[in-house]
Amino acid sequence: MSSFKRDKKEEEDGGGNPFQNIEKTTVLQEARVFNDTTVNPRKCTHILTKLLYLLNQGEQLGTKEATDAFFAMTKLFQSRDVILRRMVYLGIKELSSIADDVIIVTSSLTKDMTGKEDLYRAAAIRALCSITDATMLQTIERYMKQAIVDRNSAVSSAALVSSLHLTKLAPEVVKRWVNEAQEAVNSDNIMVQYHALGLLYHIRKTDRLAVTKLVAKLTRISLKSPYAVCMLIRIAAKLLDEEDTGADSPLADFIESCLRHKSEMVVYEAAHAIVNLRRTTSRELAPAISVLQLFCGSPKPTLRFAAVRTLNQVAISHPAAVTACNLDLENLITDSNRSIATLAITTLLKTGAESSVDRLMKQIATFVSEISDEFKVVVVQAIRALALKFPRKHSVLMNFLSAMLRDEGGLEYKASIADTIITIIEDNPEAKEAGLAHLCEFIEDCEHTSLAVRILHLLGKEGPRTKQPSRCIRFIYNRVILENPTVRAAAVSAMAQFGATCPDLLENIQVLLARCQMDSDDEVRDRATYYSSILGQQDKGLYNNYILETLQVSIPALERSLKDYALNPGDSPFDMKSVPIAVIPTREEAEDKHKADGMIISSGPPKPPTVSREESFAEKLGHLPGVADLGPLFKSSEVVELTESETEYFVRCIKHCFTNHVVLQFDCLNTLSDQLLEDVRVQLDPSEGYTVLREIACPKLPYNETGSAYVVLQFPENDLPNSVGTFGAVLKFIVKDCDPNTGLPDTDEGYDDEYMLEDLEITLGDQIQKINKVNWGAAWDEAVATCVEMEDTYSLSSMSTLEEAVKNIVQFLGLQPAERTDKVPEGKTTHTLLLAGMFRGGIDILVRAKLALADGVTMQLTVRSTDGDVAELITSTVG
Amino acid sequence: MEGTLLEPTLYMVKGIAILDNDGNRILAKYYDKNVFPTAKEQRAFEKNLFNKTHRANAEIIMLDGLTCVYRSNVDLFFYVMGSSHENELILMSVLNCLYDSVSQILRKNVEKRAVLDSLDIVMLAMDEICDGGIIIDADSNSVVSRVALRNDDIPLGEQTVAQVIQSAKEQLKWSLLK
Repeated sequence: MSSFKRDKKEEEDGGGNPFQNIEKTTVLQEARVFNDTTVNPRKCTHILTKLLYLLNQGEQLGTKEATDAFFAMTKLFQSRDVILRRMVYLGIKELSSIADDVIIVTSSLTKDMTGKEDLYRAAAIRALCSITDATMLQTIERYMKQAIVDRNSAVSSAALVSSLHLTKLAPEVVKRWVNEAQEAVNSDNIMVQYHALGLLYHIRKTDRLAVTKLVAKLTRISLKSPYAVCMLIRIAAKLLDEEDTGADSPLADFIESCLRHKSEMVVYEAAHAIVNLRRTTSRELAPAISVLQLFCGSPKPTLRFAAVRTLNQVAISHPAAVTACNLDLENLITDSNRSIATLAITTLLKTGAESSVDRLMKQIATFVSEISDEFKVVVVQAIRALALKFPRKHSVLMNFLSAMLRDEGGLEYKASIADTIITIIEDNPEAKEAGLAHLCEFIEDCEHTSLAVRILHLLGKEGPRTKQPSRCIRFIYNRVILENPTVRAAAVSAMAQFGATCPDLLENIQVLLARCQMDSDDEVRDRATYYSSILGQQDKGLYNNYILETLQVSIPALERSLKDYALNPGDSPFDMKSVPIAVIPTREEAEDKHKADGMIISSGPPKPPTVSREESFAEKLGHLPGVADLGPLFKSSEVVELTESETEYFVRCIKHCFTNHVVLQFDCLNTLSDQLLEDVRVQLDPSEGYTVLREIACPKLPYNETGSAYVVLQFPENDLPNSVGTFGAVLKFIVKDCDPNTGLPDTDEGYDDEYMLEDLEITLGDQIQKINKVNWGAAWDEAVATCVEMEDTYSLSSMSTLEEAVKNIVQFLGLQPAERTDKVPEGKTTHTLLLAGMFRGGIDILVRAKLALADGVTMQLTVRSTDGDVAELITSTVG
Repeated sequence: MEGTLLEPTLYMVKGIAILDNDGNRILAKYYDKNVFPTAKEQRAFEKNLFNKTHRANAEIIMLDGLTCVYRSNVDLFFYVMGSSHENELILMSVLNCLYDSVSQILRKNVEKRAVLDSLDIVMLAMDEICDGGIIIDADSNSVVSRVALRNDDIPLGEQTVAQVIQSAKEQLKWSLLK
């Protein structure tokens, strides 16, 4: 009985798998049978199958092992068994990349390829093309050409597909087969037609005219193969996207006509193309939307998925166009495929009205626990967008998010919820208290250290300004008791923020910090001691500098500077001012990131952090003679174009600002194919006070290449008002005429020439780096004691709205708006804009601009800066 | 999800896999060097894919930047993967072809044991459906006709007339040669 049970168990355990316990060494041993004089097809097929199975399971063969197996396999060509031969082809393909001297089977394969047995020919061609190299290809070229136009469709397909693979190896050779491919496009077989079109397009894709012709010809005759039509739609869409013709292009008509094709595959492809074309207007969108709407009701899940996924995409760009499908999307909410349901709901959330939000949220709640984390993130993203769109719905959305926070889920999912709550808090002051309360609750039970630390940090920043700061402190101190050292340390920092901001809580905080000084972890103890002693000083200035404000320098740069300093410690102490300031990402970059977040799929691993723009410039400039002595790079401006982009020479300028110097980088592009430029330099006519220290020319500038010339200037000494100025600029160079094809100059003699550039301005903004002041108010109050204040009133008559004024001021001064004052609430006629930044040389600047809207905008500008001249400069240049 | 126009290329299939009911690989091929280049990454992906699909019979899922269509029967799971923007219906046609071909090869007996018994033929079929990411054929009848079934394996009743005549011819030829 027991043995019977065991047998049964084995059977269930996959004892039924004849391939379960095979080993590489045994199979390779067995493969020696291949060398026997008489081949036993069944036995050999089985061994070969085992070998291929092993390879397929991911087993690695060494070169020697592979070569031995390969050569043993070639012996099997003497058998006439069809399956064995076909397995040999498979084996050749698998081993061709590992084994040596695979070229040896060329003649055997060529024989099979040209032989009578149809079952061999197609597969032989594909195997042959996997072992061939560029030189061998010449010898089989004749056979390939014949095979492409063979009557047998399998042979023809195999030849076309292999040709496409070979374009990677020998594009020039394959190009010669274009006539044969052309003939094959007219084949009756649908797959041959498809493969031929693919090959033809690949050969001609760099030649726009030829592609246009190809498409024009093929759109007239109706292709039989739905695959080929899909391919043709893609080619046509690509052409349409690249050119800017009017709406009545025949290509657009072709794609539109494909919406009525009998194959669903083609209809969907056409709809997808129309939706994704940049130039599509809502009128052209309508027919595509209506076929997608039809698909929404299909019994096939894939079709429904495809339709709703595409509609989801449309909802981002043309929400109004999708509203027609709302009813169909509603039906999909209950779809058994949760991916479809999620997509349907998020689409509806994007297009729906404020009134439907409650109902939809209730719907999602019913199944949110069943969908995968990835789709939950999609739902969270949709809610984020919704909260920004309908601020009044924040309580419903916030409750929903907090419920989601309590559910099980991975870090990425939880982080996206926390992010969304933070965004809502930042965007909508009304939601702040509720949001913070939810986050407080969440950290009570949060298993992700990084997330807990982030939330604690946020609580430290925002908590003190709520109505009841003491409530938050309880949650935070709980962390100190219960959590791991990292979280405890973060909690200590957060508590210190409360102590610094809320004087009435200071005493309690001191007690808590005193307890933390008994902690078992060094970092926690250190922080507690540090904060406790600063708070003990009762000095507002100290609070601001050491508790409330964080470091403004870029951390990687700080690390590098400290390392350099540690290697060569000089006599002077380390100067924080020499470290470049962290660059604040612009609004667009941040938005781009959010857009990427909205993707349904995780698009692979995150990219490594890119080096900041300033740092890469600093590195590049450091190699120039004389620049290294100028000190650290303070700021690099945006790119300024000094010519129109379509002129003979295209010149752009980047202004790199140092403490007392400015380096102008001129990126020049030569767009004349018959000229070689040498010794390209820019001659400046600097404004008063500036001294040109050095000009660095670009030695050679061939056609279509970009080279850089530099000018190093010194700012006017002790004369700040003149540091804002306009320079005339002329591009000077030696022209050598050359042959457009080779790029070699005709003669060694060149002639001097020059080219007028547009005037270049050094603005105030170029000399100011943005700084993010978290606690602007505290810094402002403190600055009364240490700074010089300047005030002036201006009338900005050219501005008609407050938004416009705010945008212009921020751009002009190059300062960072603090406390989100760059967003003007709707319907207000007055607004206060708070700005912070640093002038070159490490001079702090704080600016308050009170704006009032009447006829035009009136502005009262108050500047506080540690340097009076800078303050004066700012007030004098505005206006 | 940013919409993009699809690049006109024949390389559409990123991978094909047949897994058993424990999520172990029976056969799998990945055609794009940038998609799961190592065996370890492939395994991890398959494990993940299986976990997400073996309970819900939902036909389509997006995972790790790929669109995966799938179909299961008894103790087998068939998957076809394409890029996340790929035309799902084309991928589905490949999957259907794979499934129907295997079904015909195994005479409707689509089970793990049967697949392993005819693994050589199933390998050949997969090779006939997709070559390096290019769809070679998506018609199961044509695929099966190309993979050279052992005619003598099929009971006489299930052979087509043409097959019977073909095997009769062969036998006659051999008897004449003797």
